[in-house]
Amino acid sequence: MKYITINNRKVPFEDEKNLLSVIRKAGIDLPTFCYHSELSTYGACRMCVVEDDRGRVFASCSETPRDGMVIYTNTPKLQHHRKLILELLLASHCRDCTTCRENGVCTLQKLARQLGVDDVRFQNTKEQLPKDTSSNCIVIDPNKCILCGDCVRTCEEIQGVGVLNFAHRGSNMRVTPAFGKPMSETDCVGCGQCRVVCPTGAITIKSNVHAVWDLVYDKTKRVVVQIAPAVRVAIGDKFGIP
Amino acid sequence: MQRIDSREMLNELRHQSKQVVENSRCRILICAGTGCLAGGSGEIYDKMCELIAACPDVEVHFGPEIAHGDGPMEVKKSGCHGFCEMGPLMRIEPMGILYTKVSVDDCEEIFESTIKKGELISRLLYKQNGVEYQKQEEIPFYKKQTRLVLENCGHIDAEHIDDALAHDGYQALAKALHEMTPEEVVEQIYESNLRGRGGGGFQTGYKWKQVARQPEKIRYVVCNGDEGDPGAFMDRSIMEGDPHKMIEGMAIAAYAVGAQEGYIYVRAEYPLAINRLKKAIADAMECGLLGDNIMGTDFSFKLHINRGAGAFVCGEGSALTASIEGNRGMPRVKPPRTVEQGLFDKPTVLNNVETYANVPMIVLKGAEWFKGIGPENSPGTKAFALTGSVKNTGLIEVPMGTTLREVIFDIGGGIKNDGEFKAVQIGGPSGGCLMTPHLDINLDFDSLKKMGAMIGSGGLVVMDTNTCMVEVARFFMNFTQNESCGKCVPCREGTKRMLEILERIVAGKGELADLDLLEELAETITETALCGLGKSAALPVMSTLKLFRDEYIEHVVDKKCKSHTCTAMRNYIINPDLCKGCSKCARNCPVSAITGQIKEPFTIDQAKCIKCGACQGNCAFGAIYVE
Repeated sequence: MKYITINNRKVPFEDEKNLLSVIRKAGIDLPTFCYHSELSTYGACRMCVVEDDRGRVFASCSETPRDGMVIYTNTPKLQHHRKLILELLLASHCRDCTTCRENGVCTLQKLARQLGVDDVRFQNTKEQLPKDTSSNCIVIDPNKCILCGDCVRTCEEIQGVGVLNFAHRGSNMRVTPAFGKPMSETDCVGCGQCRVVCPTGAITIKSNVHAVWDLVYDKTKRVVVQIAPAVRVAIGDKFGIP
Repeated sequence: MQRIDSREMLNELRHQSKQVVENSRCRILICAGTGCLAGGSGEIYDKMCELIAACPDVEVHFGPEIAHGDGPMEVKKSGCHGFCEMGPLMRIEPMGILYTKVSVDDCEEIFESTIKKGELISRLLYKQNGVEYQKQEEIPFYKKQTRLVLENCGHIDAEHIDDALAHDGYQALAKALHEMTPEEVVEQIYESNLRGRGGGGFQTGYKWKQVARQPEKIRYVVCNGDEGDPGAFMDRSIMEGDPHKMIEGMAIAAYAVGAQEGYIYVRAEYPLAINRLKKAIADAMECGLLGDNIMGTDFSFKLHINRGAGAFVCGEGSALTASIEGNRGMPRVKPPRTVEQGLFDKPTVLNNVETYANVPMIVLKGAEWFKGIGPENSPGTKAFALTGSVKNTGLIEVPMGTTLREVIFDIGGGIKNDGEFKAVQIGGPSGGCLMTPHLDINLDFDSLKKMGAMIGSGGLVVMDTNTCMVEVARFFMNFTQNESCGKCVPCREGTKRMLEILERIVAGKGELADLDLLEELAETITETALCGLGKSAALPVMSTLKLFRDEYIEHVVDKKCKSHTCTAMRNYIINPDLCKGCSKCARNCPVSAITGQIKEPFTIDQAKCIKCGACQGNCAFGAIYVE
């Protein structure tokens, strides 16, 4: 049996594809934004950093587990790095939480609270972009996107549609359909899987509740109910079922 | 051109090409590197061709002791001679005369006096400390260098393969193919301890060994010519000046690791390098030095050129291969490493231009010879692009382990306008600064790493006391921020915030707490960024903050910039003793910040002043100074 010493505890492992899986199997909740076991490893959020016995810091999602490794997952140095990374993400993120659809279930919000980020020292100087509400089912708010790329990889690797990708570089980078087209003009099939993986409120399912209420009370209309895939996704989403 | 199908034939062609060179009555080599071309060397070339075409049978006089043949006279476009400060350059062989700062108007005189009568034109010769230098090799700038990789740059016509063949081009490939097994070639490069010249300093032979041992049989050889550091032009000069040397190096690498295809990734900003490489590859294909069954052996190697769109991050290995594949140029997580799964997920040897250019010499002369140059752990020479406030800017090559003092003061000729040396930025945006106490450290991979700097690809930006180090840090941070790919959070968001803080400081709005915040951000970026470029993005700030902390403090506490570089902190003052009250400054002030009575000293309202400097430039009495 092969072992890794995690936080002074000997943890056995077999053929886990990365160190992060071993850590999580040991019951340690290491936060991530961009890691999903069924997607390719992207390695961008850097939240899953760990420290080894020589003080070397590296991301556990992209490290092959080796027998005899000694690592720590929550040293003061790591806590500090994670907190600063979160602060940097929050600084460029729309913080109108009260009106956000994901308020209360947002991973960014949850981790910020959990890791104690209670002060953001930087102004949000990012250019504020309009929401893309053109699609019948998906709403994209680029100002809430943390560029973890989960939606991009899900759309490409799982669904095989490949509607979303990255454009521009550096702090101007954004997730968008090709050539900046609105979602309504893409091949999006409205499966909603991008919403399932999105850790923030950047991708949400379009709400038609108010329009429906109006129609329900419209005496001249007869209302027929059909459950769309998006509804199933929304329910599945709440229970964590993809 | 005939197809070379054996080693004997290569030797025969070398002999013929050598004869042509030796028999030529006179060879005029005009530097056609990017710098000299911008200075007008293209017109000089045309003019000289015209003059010689008009009287092709002119007798050449170089004095009786200079041997020259009776063949035709030749005018050639050479690659970069390196002495860019003095360009456009013209070298006249067989005499070895170097004329500097040549213009089209000088051409006729050169032809009439120097070529026809053998008289030297004093004004075009290089002078230093009152001494006039006739020959290129005697000029201190060249004399103190060891030019091995750049040996042929400036001495051969980069656009004709014959010239390369006359200078032993493809001899190393012939030796490898006919005398050595691939394993022996790998072993020789491994033995020579050649380290990657692109920045990391990783052992080349070890990389080759790893690729050679992969189970996958389709392998690639890739050359990184995406030299993106501001102020660096070593690789460009090699590609422009001696493209065959690098191509030969790649072919040897392909033979050693069993690859049949190679890619050269060159930035599109290097159009001349791309054209010369294209020509060189086409020529080599035609001669059978690339393509199928090279020199009659069963080794085949095809080479492609891939133009990069100019993203700095594409110099990072995995971003570069992604870019060749047609994907977005972003580094990916490792493992798998490039040697295991690189280009098109196949084992890939990825080295930079200068590294490949070193390979033919090692194969020809042996690992022991190579190890005899420079220190044991970083053998060989290194090309540096010397720029900034130094007298002789240009491209130089010195053995590893040469001290900074020798490079800046002996080769570089010291500081421009006899100013005082302040610092040197080494390694571009991933490197650090070194000061006067560091002048005697050796330039090699390990010594520099210990000092918190790195050799990088070899850019050396020399700075005098008129340079503001905070502004230098801001400049590099601006570069890194613009060039960040945007993938990982620390680099994308962290460098943005560091840049904002630095911009605040140079605008005179910084606070002491900002320095701590800079250090905090730098530490997290360095430890957590995804790729090598991200990890080193904060180095210029960290190193200036360590070495020039007093300058930062001066900016945030006293709101002063000693070197008057930071515009926002300049105060333009009129000296009442010198002001004659002519009102010219007031009339030229775009914001009407200057008032006064005619024939009385004028004053500047600091609240209104936008620090444009128009008043100072217009004052005829030198009455306006900057505080």
